[in-house]
Amino acid sequence: MAILGALNPMLSVGLDGDNAWRLADYVKRGGYQALRRILEEKLAQGDVINEVKKSVLRGRGGAGFPTGLKWSFMPRSFPGDKYVVCNSDEGEPGTFKDRDILRYNPHSVIEGMAIAAYAMGAGRGYNYIHGEVWEIYERFEEALDEARVAGFLGNNLLGSGFNFDLFAHHGYGAYICGEETALLESIEGKKGQPRFKPPFPASFGLYGKPTTINNTETFASIPYIINLGGETYLEAGKANNGGTKLFSVSGHVNRPGNYEIPLGTPFATLLEMAGGMRGGRKLKACIPGGSSAPVVPAATMMDCTMDYDSISKGGSMLGSGAVIVMDETTCMVRALERLSFFYYEESCGQCTPCREGTSWLYKVVHRIESGKGRPDDLDLLASVTTNIMGRTICALGDAASMPVQSFIKHYRDEFAYHIEHKKCLVPVEVQRAGSGFFTATV
Amino acid sequence: MEIEIDGKVANVPDGSTIMDAATRLGAYIPHFCYHKKLSIAANCRMCLVQVEKAPKPLPACATPVTNGMKVFTHSELAVNAQKGVMEFLLINHPLDCPICDQGGECQLQDLAVGYGGSASRFQEDKRVVFHKDVGPLISMQEMARCIHCTRCVRFGQEIAGVMELGMASRNMHSEITTFVGRSVDSELSGNMIDLCPVGALTSKPFRYSARSWELSRRKSISPHDSIGANLAIQVKNNVVMRVLPRDNEDVNECWISDKERFSYEALNSPTRLSKPMIRVDGALREVDWKVALDYVAHGLKDVVSNSGGESLAALASPQATLEELYLLQKLTRGLGSGSVDFRPRRRDFSTDGKLAGLPWLGLKLSEIKDLDAVLVVGSFLRKDHPLFAQRLRQLAKKWGKVSLLSVGGDDPLIKLHAQVTVSPAELPLALAAVVKAAAQLKGEAVPAGLASVEPCAASEAIARSLLDGEKRAVFLGNAAEQNPQASQLHALALELSRLTGASCGFIGEAANSVGGYVAKAVPTALNAYEMFAQPRQAYVLLGVEPDLDCHNPQQAVAALKDAALVVMLTSFNDGAMLDYADVLLPITPFTETSGTFVNAEGRVQSFNGVVRPLGDARPGWKVLRVLGNLLALPGFDQDTSEQVRDEIIPAGQALLSGLDNSLSGLPWSLTAASGSLQRVADVPIYFADPLARRAPALQKTHAAAAPTARMSAQTLATLGLTDGLPVRLRQGSGEAVLTARADETVPARCVRVAAAHPSTAALGEMFGAIDVERA
Amino acid sequence: MLTSESLKRIDREIAKYPAEQKQSAVMAALAIAQEQQGWLSTEAIECVANYLGMAPIAAYEVATFYNMYDLKPVGKYKVSVCTNLPCMLTGGVDAGEYLKKKLGIGYNQTTSDGLITLKESECMGACGDAPVMIINNRRMCSWMNPEEIDKLLAELK
Ligand SMILES: Cc1cc2nc3c(=O)[nH]c(=O)nc-3n(C[C@H](O)[C@H](O)[C@H](O)COP(=O)(O)O)c2cc1C
Ligand code: SF4
Ligand code: FES
Repeated sequence: MAILGALNPMLSVGLDGDNAWRLADYVKRGGYQALRRILEEKLAQGDVINEVKKSVLRGRGGAGFPTGLKWSFMPRSFPGDKYVVCNSDEGEPGTFKDRDILRYNPHSVIEGMAIAAYAMGAGRGYNYIHGEVWEIYERFEEALDEARVAGFLGNNLLGSGFNFDLFAHHGYGAYICGEETALLESIEGKKGQPRFKPPFPASFGLYGKPTTINNTETFASIPYIINLGGETYLEAGKANNGGTKLFSVSGHVNRPGNYEIPLGTPFATLLEMAGGMRGGRKLKACIPGGSSAPVVPAATMMDCTMDYDSISKGGSMLGSGAVIVMDETTCMVRALERLSFFYYEESCGQCTPCREGTSWLYKVVHRIESGKGRPDDLDLLASVTTNIMGRTICALGDAASMPVQSFIKHYRDEFAYHIEHKKCLVPVEVQRAGSGFFTATV
Repeated sequence: MEIEIDGKVANVPDGSTIMDAATRLGAYIPHFCYHKKLSIAANCRMCLVQVEKAPKPLPACATPVTNGMKVFTHSELAVNAQKGVMEFLLINHPLDCPICDQGGECQLQDLAVGYGGSASRFQEDKRVVFHKDVGPLISMQEMARCIHCTRCVRFGQEIAGVMELGMASRNMHSEITTFVGRSVDSELSGNMIDLCPVGALTSKPFRYSARSWELSRRKSISPHDSIGANLAIQVKNNVVMRVLPRDNEDVNECWISDKERFSYEALNSPTRLSKPMIRVDGALREVDWKVALDYVAHGLKDVVSNSGGESLAALASPQATLEELYLLQKLTRGLGSGSVDFRPRRRDFSTDGKLAGLPWLGLKLSEIKDLDAVLVVGSFLRKDHPLFAQRLRQLAKKWGKVSLLSVGGDDPLIKLHAQVTVSPAELPLALAAVVKAAAQLKGEAVPAGLASVEPCAASEAIARSLLDGEKRAVFLGNAAEQNPQASQLHALALELSRLTGASCGFIGEAANSVGGYVAKAVPTALNAYEMFAQPRQAYVLLGVEPDLDCHNPQQAVAALKDAALVVMLTSFNDGAMLDYADVLLPITPFTETSGTFVNAEGRVQSFNGVVRPLGDARPGWKVLRVLGNLLALPGFDQDTSEQVRDEIIPAGQALLSGLDNSLSGLPWSLTAASGSLQRVADVPIYFADPLARRAPALQKTHAAAAPTARMSAQTLATLGLTDGLPVRLRQGSGEAVLTARADETVPARCVRVAAAHPSTAALGEMFGAIDVERA
Repeated sequence: MLTSESLKRIDREIAKYPAEQKQSAVMAALAIAQEQQGWLSTEAIECVANYLGMAPIAAYEVATFYNMYDLKPVGKYKVSVCTNLPCMLTGGVDAGEYLKKKLGIGYNQTTSDGLITLKESECMGACGDAPVMIINNRRMCSWMNPEEIDKLLAELK
């Protein structure tokens, strides 16, 4: 089964069966109706954008920026080439929802991009797909072929006179290419190094042309918004947090996987859907929005509902909707060490604070984890993160700093214990048991 | 746009950055990656400043000014950010300034004093970066010092037009490198050394030869090509240690070519001539000045009184100073000869006497950036004029349509609008095709004599580009001036200029290619070619090495060997001159004398010596003046080089007057190319003049590789030759054996064989017929 | 250097981009070259660069920036194990340790028979299936407990 569970789903409706991803299945589920209607009725571009605005669809890639507003920044009547780009680079640890959308419902993304292209007057699109999920890339190419043959892509879409062609571009192992301007550089055949903004992609994007970039799930939601109407979509979620969203639940739960729930659903419900805590152990902490989001202690987390505003009030970010669940067998120093290694490794190396700072952070956390910590290391870490945050070209600097700050803030004792006793508060055997690798998984 | 920086208000144009505004206000914002001539990278983050209402510090180099913006460069927020960045830059940087070659002139060191903390909080192992060997000019021995500002990378991509350095890998392991073991070959590469704000890229020849504070810095002017790049020459203990560019936006901007940067090594060469020498019983012997000068004066007088003034000829290098050129022609004329010239590589002189004024570039160098279209005829642009080519490269990147009619398809690293590559003999026809196309496009009558010319698509595209837009220019390059039909090219270019409204001019080969004309170093009798074709009894050679510098070295050397007296004013005593010279008079190179160069645009640039003359060498103008006195000629009583200059150019004149490329009364007669195999001789960049050819580091570059015989695969096949095997080349009575190379950039029925190299000095005319056979 | 089959595949990639943007195909072209050769040699990178009309160093920048390119020869099978936090919580690190012990090699090493190279890798976007590993950049293996790993190793011969 595609999506492990859902409450009032939209994106994941009818995705059972091996051929759910095929064009025929998608059309049977009502697919391409939205695009057809728009083209046949020659809906005004502004009206399409307004519908999206009304839905209060917020970008599903991480920043939660209102999609309709973003689309309205495009110079629609700019004469030359314009592009829409889909961000399926999904590299944020904990996130694996875009993979499943492309695997089970690729035509929703294609239709969403075609609608976006129409609304913004773009003639060409690219979908940038994470390099590690190769079979998804191949499947998406096949879906594109299906759509082209059926006249949903190419010249003169469904006889409307509107042209839009879409291509897949694969990544090859660089988290930073999820950052939208690094992604554009990467499509241009360069290293994935983020650009300084301004200028923003809406004025200077792919090949220097106006470009709009959205996440896979954002585009996939568009046909549903057009079909249901913006207001209905909004109501499916809660005020300022329109619609349903996919959450990728990973870590110490019984049934890790993707779950589609209305925004505003209590965290407890999501946890329950995911089968509850593994081995009945206690929740220790949760990273609710992908590895870059600050970690939230169990008690606070249990009070949150899953939407942008509530999680933000809980001191973190909904981000990409990657819920990393940690139980009491988790060593927070070790967990942070692994994350810090990730950001150090994935820094593009371009700007000074990130290039130098992320490696410094990792080296210090690593030292603490391996029993060589020093008393003033926690202050040092705090100071280094301050020197990184807000001073880098892209948000990777912040993404690397927030885990460090939040782990130390909430689990200072554990770090202090490591430094003082040169070992972990959580015995290694306990940590190992937590992973369940050697005892058959539930 | 009004902006306030630290309380000072500036008005800047829309699109300016905070850094631009600060520059205008004279406010200093610390920076590393920012450079006025390069694209904005905003990667070092050293320039973070506080902007009112912005929650985070913003990089001044990349943040556009908005109206009413208030910027604080010294606020707590700004200074904390700058200090934070400095700490990051230093954690992996070796802190061994006392042994670093850049010590004392390092931007990181300078700023670290102001922004660096006293004790390092970084107690981990520092990054290890392996050194790289990228050729004889740039040292990348100390790459751990790199701060990843990417100035060098951007320079290659944007200014040099070729990406040779890149930043490989990612994260803190990012490193600047060439493509796996390659060398950096750009003719502008040395500028990267200047751009590198730390001691990562340093000058290989200069490395560890002096500390920056031991050097004194003196102004000079480049003696090489016709741009007249402004130099800062650094001197220690009366020895030139290093040559750097001096900013002059109108001339060289902030760049110099590698030839200009590294030729100085020749100044300290062991083959410098430090004492006069006279041939006695077949061997050259050192004598003192008095003996040498008496010998020369008597010798010249004897020749003239026995065989008449015209039995004497004088030839100078176009790199001689204005003062030297002037006194040389005065001396020659004083002795009754009109055979004096300064254009040894020229073949066709039929425009002499028909020139309306002094031939020049046709516009100012600083006007190039505003041109809409350019046509360059007969130039190996990058190698002949690296900085001129750089200006065209920038122009082509913006909007300018740059086209090239040439005798070799070398990649100029310029985005060309159109390119036509033909044999030297066909070059006038190719230009005529553009002229005809222009006339047709304009609906004017086709100029007489061009009826049978057939414009091709490219010539039409060129003509159209020259008709469109406001400012356009046609430039004749070295290979056009050296062409056997140079006057035809000149006349055709003028016609094209008349039809299109484009300016027309000469790029000019050397530092005084314009200066020689104003110094009157042009013949009233035999020209540079004729004086060897019709051998003379006596020759005076000033800074020229005929075996390497003449259009037909074979003919020149033969005439010199037969002459009764060959007097060379030279800075060196090596090579073929030891066979043909009777007297060697040691004159100083440009660093040891005062003098003047007039560049292509007619800019008069005088300079002083930067070090004392080596040994007994004396400035050329003084030697000539004393000779004039010894020969009792009138008008040789100047005490200073300035007095000499003021005789030629009114004092204080910065740009020459009387510049005019028009011709009066020169009919053109286009001749069809003959069927025989033709030589295409380029003058390789590091063989082009006596200094460059004696600079060891330059001689180790790929550009200084020994000449080969290059021709298209088809020409090779027709001649039954094989790529990589030796071939025998013959012109006249001389021959050379070189390796054959397949090269599709060479026009059909042509063999490209470089001039100016000992291995080809036995050959004849640069663009003459040539025989090639298997060796 | 590149087979006509590879060049044909590269041409198909080039066609995805505007005519003057051939360089956009460099990532795909390098991946194709690597598939053909098993790894990316200097010659292969240069060949791709020339084919796409870009500076070799620019292609080299790309080849060294993205993790999935191998600039040194690897075993017949390259096994990359994700050990990032979500995977680590569910046995990713243990799976790596298990593989090391079974194969007698560490990360970035190749078995003496040249069969398997082991790599530690970053998030593959499949955290729900942890432990996960990818064979030769292409085939993803999910829920890899000791039994599954044994089976996989038996298969990779
Ligand atoms: C370091 C970094 C990594 C990112 N990774 C992703 C990603 O994998 N997928 C994604 O959709 N957005 C990612 N983003 C966010 C994108 O930059 C961008 O905001 C997003 O694609 C916009 O789409 P949306 O408005 O639909 O969310 C990342 C941002 C940063 C700074
Ligand atoms: S913050 Fe990091 S990833 Fe982002 S541009 Fe700077 S170095 Fe690159
Ligand atoms: S000078 Fe502005 S970031 Fe480097």
